[in-house]
Amino acid sequence: MPDTFADLALEVRSKNAGPFWVTMELFMRDAAGYALAADPEILNEDVVATLYEVRAEDVRFFRIPSLNVVKISFPRPIPQGSLRDRDIHAGQHHVPLAALAACGPEKPA
Amino acid sequence: MNTSPEAVRVLTPTGMLGAGFTQSTVDRGLTLGADVIAVDAGSTDSGPYYLGSGTAKTTAAAVARDLRILLRAAARAQIPLIVGSCGTSGTDSGVDWVAGIVEDILREESLALSVARIYSEQRAEVLTERLRAGKIHPLAPSGALDVSTLDGCSHIVGMMGHEPIEEALRAGADVVLAGRATDTALAAAYPLMAGMPPGPTWHAAKIVECGGQCTTNPRAGGVLATIDRTGFTIEPLDPDAACTPISVAAHMLYETVDPFRMREPAGELDVAAATYTALDPRRVRVEGSEFHPAEHTVKLEGARIAGHETMSFTAIRDEHILANIEDWAALLAKILTERVGQTLGLGDTDYAFDIRLYGHDAILGKLDPASRPAREVGVMLLVRAATQALATAVAKVANPLMLHLPTPDMDYLPSLAFATSPAETERGPVYEFVLNHVVDTVSPTELFRTAYRRANA
Repeated sequence: MPDTFADLALEVRSKNAGPFWVTMELFMRDAAGYALAADPEILNEDVVATLYEVRAEDVRFFRIPSLNVVKISFPRPIPQGSLRDRDIHAGQHHVPLAALAACGPEKPA
Repeated sequence: MNTSPEAVRVLTPTGMLGAGFTQSTVDRGLTLGADVIAVDAGSTDSGPYYLGSGTAKTTAAAVARDLRILLRAAARAQIPLIVGSCGTSGTDSGVDWVAGIVEDILREESLALSVARIYSEQRAEVLTERLRAGKIHPLAPSGALDVSTLDGCSHIVGMMGHEPIEEALRAGADVVLAGRATDTALAAAYPLMAGMPPGPTWHAAKIVECGGQCTTNPRAGGVLATIDRTGFTIEPLDPDAACTPISVAAHMLYETVDPFRMREPAGELDVAAATYTALDPRRVRVEGSEFHPAEHTVKLEGARIAGHETMSFTAIRDEHILANIEDWAALLAKILTERVGQTLGLGDTDYAFDIRLYGHDAILGKLDPASRPAREVGVMLLVRAATQALATAVAKVANPLMLHLPTPDMDYLPSLAFATSPAETERGPVYEFVLNHVVDTVSPTELFRTAYRRANA
């Protein structure tokens, strides 16, 4: 089994950024883990769009090598507090990202 | 303030008034020379109910407990206390609710402090004129606003910047109770008034807004930011906690869409060039933060009623049903829809429901990467309709199904585990956020109204 981002991270978290956006951060343990998380061949707008069923053009990436952090923001697909919102603070939505294999589709570890 | 000081020290005891902090965290801040206490009392983070209903998420006793410590400290040190987004959403009722608590404490403690209340609630008619004049613009991902959306809101607030707070301080207020304000404006107002540069001031204000969140122990007490001409220094007030360059820089990530740029009413904070340096194991120096003035805008928040909800909750331990839980839930949805049509005569547009399988996939639904069978599953039925009576009627039609529905292949009726009697809980009115727009302003204080209550000598 290849490593997941959770395996290589100190923490993967998600949270509302205001009522209309959700934001996630991968706090990678070291520069090697960061290199995988920040590699656009492995983790990019299209991967996030597929994972969360959102539009790739709405996904924003921030790669911050000084912190070994990759931050990802996109508009909340389900309005906060609506009938079908099951995560009011969007605090559990990091799990699909954390469970992702930290390798590209063509590059099994 | 006649002469501009060399530095200004901002004490933030907690990220949320009512969340609690120790007396020692405040004492330590005063010992270190705090010039102002700033604390946030609100957020949209817990959803649209609090703005929609104009009620607070926090309980009065917890708010009073924190305020008593802060009011005593402000009086003792003769420094201002600034509270923002009073009553969770910053509605006028929220400001008055906190002001009532403050008045009781001032009387009980015989504290002679002047109190300013800054109201931030907006009238739909006024905003409609602005909208027609082309002065209201959407923020991503929202679209253009229409008048009916403004009219439909139960409450609309404007997020004030530092300007109305500074105006109240200049007018002599010892305690400023602000309606909806940006988290940062509370901590920025006093240093800006004292002549500190805006880049370091706004950046420091963002770092302190969640109290101990920027430290290595987020459950520790508050923090103290010392802002000066070239930057700011941040340190935790709990002697056992530490600020590190990583913990401070990482706080710019928290609950922000963009970790480098943040829009305030008066312009944009830009921390892309900021440097974070450890002064010692507990204190961090930050320099290089910039603030770019821009056309003044005020962000609007509004919520409207979206119906009434009734909830019912049962639970399943039977392994056969658990093995076929999605089929079971699909059958529940199908039969419930049929029964509601037969008994209540309701169609799709009259009501809506959500069946949530807690323990299976309630939180992430089809996004969930796991597929392990659950040991038990809690089944929440949430019904939304125009009236409470209708929502409850639908939930009651569901009741025999949530008690006895088998899977399609079972030839006997199971009895499932309701969690409570009665099974249904009426949740009352529910709301939705509908505004994500900014209004252009001529003056930074024009949308806000301030009332003063002088200290009893």
